[in-house]
Amino acid sequence: MSENPVEVVDLHKSFGSVKALDGLRLTVRPGEVAGFLGPNGAGKSTTIRVLLGLQRADSGTARLFGGDAWRDAVSLHRRLAYVPGDVSLWPNLTGGETIDYLTRLHDSADGRSERSRRKAELLERFELDPTKKARTYSKGNRQKVALVAAFLIDPELYIFDEPTSGLDPLMEAVFTEQVQQVKNAGKAVLLSSHILSEVEKLCDTVTIIRGGRTVESGTLAELRHLTRTAVSVVVTRNPAAIAGLPGVHDVTVSEGEGVSTVDLSVDNARMGSVLTALADLDVRGLTATPPSLEELFRRHYGGNAAADESRRLEVVS
Amino acid sequence: MSAPTLNATRPVPAGRTIPTAKPAGTAALAGTGYLLRFMLRRNRVRLIAWTGSLALFCGYYVVAIGAVYPNAADRQNRAASIGNAGGTLLAGPGYGLEDYTVGRMFANEMSLWLMVLLATMNILLIARNTRAEESSGRLEMVRALPVGRHAGSVAAFLVVVIADAAFVLFGSLLMIGSGKLAATDTVVLLTGVMLTGLVLAGITTVTGHLTVHSRAASGLAFAVLGGAVLIRGIGDIQQVHGSWLSWLSPIAWAQQTRPYAEVRLWPLGLSLAAIAITLAVGAVLATRRDLGGALLRGRIGPAAAAPSLATPFALVFRQQRSALVWWLVGCVAMFGPAGLFLGTDSGASLQDIATQNELTSTIFGDDPIAAFLAIMMLHNALAVAIFTTAAVLRIKPEEDEGRLGLGLSRSTSRTAWLLAHLSVAGIGALVLLFLGGALPLWVGSSLSGGHTALPTLLASAGAFALGVAVLITFTTALYAWAPRLSPLAWVLCALVVVERFFGTVLHLPAAVKVLSPFWWVGDYPKADLDPVHLIALGTVSAVLAAVAVTGFRRRDLAAG
Repeated sequence: MSENPVEVVDLHKSFGSVKALDGLRLTVRPGEVAGFLGPNGAGKSTTIRVLLGLQRADSGTARLFGGDAWRDAVSLHRRLAYVPGDVSLWPNLTGGETIDYLTRLHDSADGRSERSRRKAELLERFELDPTKKARTYSKGNRQKVALVAAFLIDPELYIFDEPTSGLDPLMEAVFTEQVQQVKNAGKAVLLSSHILSEVEKLCDTVTIIRGGRTVESGTLAELRHLTRTAVSVVVTRNPAAIAGLPGVHDVTVSEGEGVSTVDLSVDNARMGSVLTALADLDVRGLTATPPSLEELFRRHYGGNAAADESRRLEVVS
Repeated sequence: MSAPTLNATRPVPAGRTIPTAKPAGTAALAGTGYLLRFMLRRNRVRLIAWTGSLALFCGYYVVAIGAVYPNAADRQNRAASIGNAGGTLLAGPGYGLEDYTVGRMFANEMSLWLMVLLATMNILLIARNTRAEESSGRLEMVRALPVGRHAGSVAAFLVVVIADAAFVLFGSLLMIGSGKLAATDTVVLLTGVMLTGLVLAGITTVTGHLTVHSRAASGLAFAVLGGAVLIRGIGDIQQVHGSWLSWLSPIAWAQQTRPYAEVRLWPLGLSLAAIAITLAVGAVLATRRDLGGALLRGRIGPAAAAPSLATPFALVFRQQRSALVWWLVGCVAMFGPAGLFLGTDSGASLQDIATQNELTSTIFGDDPIAAFLAIMMLHNALAVAIFTTAAVLRIKPEEDEGRLGLGLSRSTSRTAWLLAHLSVAGIGALVLLFLGGALPLWVGSSLSGGHTALPTLLASAGAFALGVAVLITFTTALYAWAPRLSPLAWVLCALVVVERFFGTVLHLPAAVKVLSPFWWVGDYPKADLDPVHLIALGTVSAVLAAVAVTGFRRRDLAAG
């Protein structure tokens, strides 16, 4: 039986008159790292809380491994680890004690000594001092405590709700590494995040939600296909014809000494014909930047033209 | 690190029960034992301090009354002085007054206080281990573990049961050992006290589902406790050994077991039933709400701040406003009805009791109404002391959670912030003393045709205001110099209670009595106010305020 680790269909949830979830869909397949994107207040955390059986959906299905997220919460929780975005700890417990407390309810497949060896390893990797009381930890260190506990459990499914908020870039890299590892081990991961580069690096699929509904979902490749690639090309011949090609947008030309630099964006589906046309212009240099998640994100949430412009300039330089 | 392959990663170990196969009721309690051990460990200091001091107090009290009232005649005098309205209000229904043994004295005069203290411990512990865990977000992480829906509340209740049972065990041993009291009656008495405490714990379990903040949850439970104390008192005054009104109060259920005087067990059935009902209601409410949610929804507020919300004082006042309003409502509800008792009829009956009994008149003076007033104003002032101590201490989480640092990053001084907290507590004290105590008593008395003079009540409130000022400034100074020790401010509050209610019985040394600011206020209007004492109180609070400001300007703030 290989049920999907996460299966959410047509989920609805209201708080009073506020609709938090309005027909949300979300699937995480076995062995898949799924990105879960949306602006603040889109319903990401509510979805996760419903999946954890902490809140009850008004209608729709929320299933983990084929089990009902509310009814079977206890047995399902044996198979997952959860890290919230804002970790609050017991002030007078040390980090090490907290990690033990949060992991002891999960059976360890490989025995106590193995777990304590892995605990030491994770503590070292995350550079966390387990002897300090939690009240003295900074936000990033509290986050690390929850992350170490989650990776120590070694479950079938990881649910991360903005797990790297408060971590410095080095620790973010350690997190990325750890997720790669569990991915290689065939675990499923649901990663809610604001950090698009993190999602791009790690995720096989992405679900983008807005106002409690799913507006886009698919593999990163599929989503990219819907967007355009930014191309910057240096040519010696007159580039005027390019602007007229189908699938070409936003053409700007700047003249240099004997060469012209052309910036354009190209629908991915038309890339072949555009490249053929460019080949005739005596190309001296070419940069192609694949569409980023950020552009996808902007498309759904209404981008800001100035920011868009500055990004394009970056690409050229 | 081992790298298991896809889907074959975690075989279920043989012998592990598959929880889905269990009935839903068991799954809802999964992990209770685990959470219980954690809560016991996390609260161990608190639990030992509370139960230990309560049990020791039982033993000490038995020894003390044995020393203060060595023979039957002394105790009979005490019985005569306690067998009136004021005495009944502060003690119990008075079973066995005709032959006042040490045990009967303990049961009549101490059970109320033990119940109030044990219930306070239970309310605070339940709120701390349920709603406070939830509102801090820690419960969210715990509930993502394989832990049942009701495991947390059940574990929190079991913590309280264990603590209370330890109190019954050690308290009984100390009382039986030190006073040679009848074992059965002692155990029945303390078990009754425990069950009443557990009723309040059950009520807190329910209120924890109603409100978002643990402070509000425990506040509601304390309101129920206050109501229970008041109803029992009035009911027992209405009729010897309690009227029907008394039986509405969980306090009465324990007292009505008549320990050391024809002990009976069946009233404890009411406590058990009430505990069962509150727990069942709590369980039903728990399944009906989301984690982090509450059945009483928070209201929305204005999008823009009022123009006056610009200074530290305005902010602190805004934060504590609703607490003050609720305390005021509680005080008016408590002392308004108490004032009705001062009307002509009741006044006459108080007078009757006094004239019938020579000894009562010597203890209560010529004017039993003045004695009753003194007790009422003292009750009010003690409530105010609790309010102000809590109000001042609210600056501690402000500092620990970084809000104070944020405030100080604006162009406001430390002195301004400290004085803001101090003056909000001070204004709250004045409001509660005058509008919550003196005025309702006077209105109640006037409505029922009494002749209580308003200036007398105002003078009493004013004198207590000076006493409360010392408590406020002491708490502030403690916080300013040693923030980690600031909860010790409650020790001074406890000293005030012990000194006022048990100072005479326990023969407290004068050196201890003078530490209690309310000792300096005295028993006005039963006794006269001493202007020197009042000036001393004012001076001490001014000095303490200066000490507080100096200390707060010198030390490091806690990291937010």
